[in-house]
Amino acid sequence: MEIFAANQHDKYIIDNRHDDFRLAFLKETILFLKDYFGSIFTSVKSLLTGMKLTGYYFVHPKEIVTEEYPNNREKLKMNERFRGEVIMPHDDKNEHRCTGCQSCEIACPNGSIKIVTKMEVQPDGKKKKQLDTWVYHFDMCTLCNMCVHACPSDAIVMGQNFEHSVYDKKQLKKILNKPDSKLMSGVEE
Amino acid sequence: MQNEPSYSFSALAARFHNWLDAAIESDFILQVTELIITGVLLLVFLVLLCFFLGYMERKVAAFMEIRLGPNRVGPKGSLQIIADTIKLLFKEGLTPNQADKFLFNLAPAIMVITALLAIAPLAFAKNFQIWDLNIGLLYVSSISSMAVIGVLMAGWSSSNKYSLIGAMRCGAQIVSYELSVGLSLISIVVLAGSMQISEIVESQANGWWIFKGHIPVLIAFVIFIIASTAEINRAPFDLTEAEQELTGGFHTEYSGMKFAMFLLSEYINLFIVSAIAATIFLGGWMPFHIGGLDGFNHAMDYIPSSIWFFGKTFLIIFIIMWFRWTFPRLRIDQLLNLEWKYLLPISMINILLITAMTIFGWHF
Repeated sequence: MEIFAANQHDKYIIDNRHDDFRLAFLKETILFLKDYFGSIFTSVKSLLTGMKLTGYYFVHPKEIVTEEYPNNREKLKMNERFRGEVIMPHDDKNEHRCTGCQSCEIACPNGSIKIVTKMEVQPDGKKKKQLDTWVYHFDMCTLCNMCVHACPSDAIVMGQNFEHSVYDKKQLKKILNKPDSKLMSGVEE
Repeated sequence: MQNEPSYSFSALAARFHNWLDAAIESDFILQVTELIITGVLLLVFLVLLCFFLGYMERKVAAFMEIRLGPNRVGPKGSLQIIADTIKLLFKEGLTPNQADKFLFNLAPAIMVITALLAIAPLAFAKNFQIWDLNIGLLYVSSISSMAVIGVLMAGWSSSNKYSLIGAMRCGAQIVSYELSVGLSLISIVVLAGSMQISEIVESQANGWWIFKGHIPVLIAFVIFIIASTAEINRAPFDLTEAEQELTGGFHTEYSGMKFAMFLLSEYINLFIVSAIAATIFLGGWMPFHIGGLDGFNHAMDYIPSSIWFFGKTFLIIFIIMWFRWTFPRLRIDQLLNLEWKYLLPISMINILLITAMTIFGWHF
């Protein structure tokens, strides 16, 4: 330091700066140590919080959310909101509620529904659009429930069957309306 | 030795030795026979242990993740791990075309052999130890660090860049964390004044080191658990086999029984690390003693020593499993930061503290 101090005044300034530097160094060291031990403390604390949670789960088997694959098919009761497949309920007179409006076909995000309609002569002589076949491609269906929401006449619902594996893909193409079924009276009004 | 419980392994072993001694004339053949019997028994024990640890790990993982775990094969899924082993046995052991075939097939054997060698000086029960050599701890730490050769060999000879990167990471990890493990071991060597396992256990007759050495030994214990978890490549330090990034790390190319040998060595290493931690910090087979309370100590002696040993070991195994299913995996820079900036400086200062404590007699 003395090499750079040309006269007494400069030397005084440099000494002063040296002191400042020392002070700054000390401050920085303290800050570093604070950070160092603070980070250890916070990380250990957060790790212990995690271990507390998993430890709680370990000693509370009631919290388990997994369902076992059902072996007792007879007694099995699925949840009401479970979505297994799209089905079309028919009543005992072989009548369904589908008017063939194609809302579900429009609502389906990936085109797994195909509605085929036909023109049918009513008793009063008028021609009217009616459902012919309700084609359901289960191999594409994501069970998103949009068709059921879109349906204005509650013709389709989600079924509870959950075991669909077959060896032939063609068997996954289903026709939901039963042969010779008719539109239920009073749905369209 | 008086008060020796009749249910100790050592009595059985001594009786067996006497019986063999009477049956076999030559000293050399007697020794070889005993070595072979010990080896076979050890292998059977370790395979059964690995079955149990595999089942335990899957159940612990399941319960901590709010799942059920294996529950199809056998009662509560207890035979699942045997079914898995049978599946692995029937799988084809592939060797890649471009691989260095000799090293590729040698690597799993080296992993298992180092794991088996490191188990020799462990004391399983009172007076029941395969090899009580006077540098027990040094032997364990040096042998177990040889596993890195097997890892590098496996990664390099696979001729696969994922394997090579995985092996490099694993090598860096094992070599770095070896230091902290060594320093934690030294802290107990300083306190006990010996590297011999039996003497270290005997030195804890009036209280385990973790109680006698209070804060510094507690720090050493925590550092040992963290560093040894890293050394045996278990989560959260399992980035050598990070399946999302490296598809399987250094054992990407291994299949069938060769892969199973890596798995086996991982579980044996887990057991060894926990057994060492239990021996040097928690007193090994030594029952829970408090200096001065003779009646209490005497009552504790009635619990068999092997139960004490395995109880402590499985407690630590459970803690390490608890880590695995709680903590997220570290990145490679975080991993090296943790070792070089945190664990190593702290354990260096800690060893100074422990040395001072030993010299001035600050421990109980």
